[in-house]
Amino acid sequence: MSLEDMYQDVILDHYRKPHNRAPSLEGEHVHVHHSNPLCGDEMDLRLRVADDAVDGLVFDGEGCSISQASASAMTAAVLGRGLKDALDLTEDFRRMMHGEDPARLDDLEDAIAFQGVARFPVRVKCALLGWMALRDAITTYERGASAHTVTHED
Amino acid sequence: MTIDAASLRSRFPTLGRELEGRRLVYLDSAASSQTPDTVLDAMDRYYRFSRSNVHRGVYPLAEEATDLYEGARTALARFVDADPRGVVFTKNATEACNLVAYSWVRARLGPGDTLLTTVMEHHANHVPFTYAAQACGFEVRHIPLTEDGRLDLDVARELVADGTVRFLAVGHVSNVLGTINDIPALSALVRDANPEAVVHVDGTQAVPHLPVSFRDLDVDFYAVTGHKMLGPTGIGALIARPERLEAMEPFLAGGDMIRDVTLEGATWNDVPHKFEAGTPMIAEAAGLGAAVTMLEELGMDAVREHEVAFTGALIDALLTVDGLTIHGPTDTAVRGGAVSFAIDGVHPHDVGAMLGSKGVCVRVGHHCTKPLMRCLGVAATTRASAYVYNDLDDLEPLVEGLEAARTFFAR
Repeated sequence: MSLEDMYQDVILDHYRKPHNRAPSLEGEHVHVHHSNPLCGDEMDLRLRVADDAVDGLVFDGEGCSISQASASAMTAAVLGRGLKDALDLTEDFRRMMHGEDPARLDDLEDAIAFQGVARFPVRVKCALLGWMALRDAITTYERGASAHTVTHED
Repeated sequence: MTIDAASLRSRFPTLGRELEGRRLVYLDSAASSQTPDTVLDAMDRYYRFSRSNVHRGVYPLAEEATDLYEGARTALARFVDADPRGVVFTKNATEACNLVAYSWVRARLGPGDTLLTTVMEHHANHVPFTYAAQACGFEVRHIPLTEDGRLDLDVARELVADGTVRFLAVGHVSNVLGTINDIPALSALVRDANPEAVVHVDGTQAVPHLPVSFRDLDVDFYAVTGHKMLGPTGIGALIARPERLEAMEPFLAGGDMIRDVTLEGATWNDVPHKFEAGTPMIAEAAGLGAAVTMLEELGMDAVREHEVAFTGALIDALLTVDGLTIHGPTDTAVRGGAVSFAIDGVHPHDVGAMLGSKGVCVRVGHHCTKPLMRCLGVAATTRASAYVYNDLDDLEPLVEGLEAARTFFAR
């Protein structure tokens, strides 16, 4: 598989025209900031919850095409889902990035396009950044907190 | 003697590889250089024929191992024009900087004292000293950059004016900007304000590329690493004035560094052995000796001349790429071979991945210089860095890869 194949059109589309990219979110409940000092990637994710579901979700940040596109595809796939369901989907994506077959092919929507990234181990953390921020945002909300900062060291 | 990089490449096995179906183009020598056959052979010969421990062995095999190890010390001392008694082998330049930080700086600097350094230091020459400052309570001041990525000596003069600067830690050549710092000017500036001030230089990016005379530089400490000068990983050295080493307490204690040991304590061996506790890196020393031989055969004037010519061509080639900005000086007379750059709107990791897919190896990231990245206002850069085995043939695949990255990731 070539590098160009890894970056399918789907990934490039999300990179060029990201979904749900914004510096703020009306009525946000949680704001998490995730960074990876080794790459210099920065990710802000803001979550609004209604009826135990993801009611609003925006990301902002700086990073490589994979990290930005993956965060965009993630927001599109989880908006409107129940919090538990979103966490379950996150776990499915995480497993996929470690080479396992995804169980929820249809639910991952465009995020399925990142399956090929699993074959480029140094880029896996890029694809996971937005999803790990989502998991953190939901668990932060469930703890009753409104903000959390995480530094990824690998 | 000019360097014929193309024929030299056959001496470096890794450079004979193909990557992604293309000739491997290695432009990451500032991170680690390639290893020539003579270095591999020297290490192999030790393990196959002379395998034994150094020092105190009275049988011929042990004498051979000792000769290999001590011969490498003599060779490195000759190469950097220093006294062999002032050459302490370490595992890398980072350990050499730590040795200075622990055995000199921590033992002598305290509240009211100042350590002067710069914003462009590699973490190896930065963290050991800020860590020491936290423990000992001395102040750390930083020489800032000029617009074109050189040290601002006017500000440096203000920073030493109060006479409290007792120590200068500075890199000889920047691993990111390529800037060659004027070490004699900096030492004079610091010593004019305080004649007792001690000067420590990180020579990691200088010794592989420039003729370096420790005596002429007239500094106190100079850190060197083997794996960027054609040698193996796992060996470096602290070059020092022997009298400085004699005045220092050991950093690591154990076997080989002692003169006598009793149940209650110990006395120390002569320098430099006082700082080399335990069985050292013998094969690596043999390899480093062979690397020095190769560089001496090429001639360091020729190595530098090759670097100046290639870097000039590299900068010209890079500037043909739309939206590309070079960080650091573009005048090859005042810079080394590491060239960092940014391409508008394309993240360095994407640039590096695209180049890698075309067989071109460059480094992307913060290059262990996070304070410098902050000064430049970037999270990461892409860096191409050359050595004796690179020539103009390497520029076409580089530029082709950069153009591909620019168009592929254009928004």
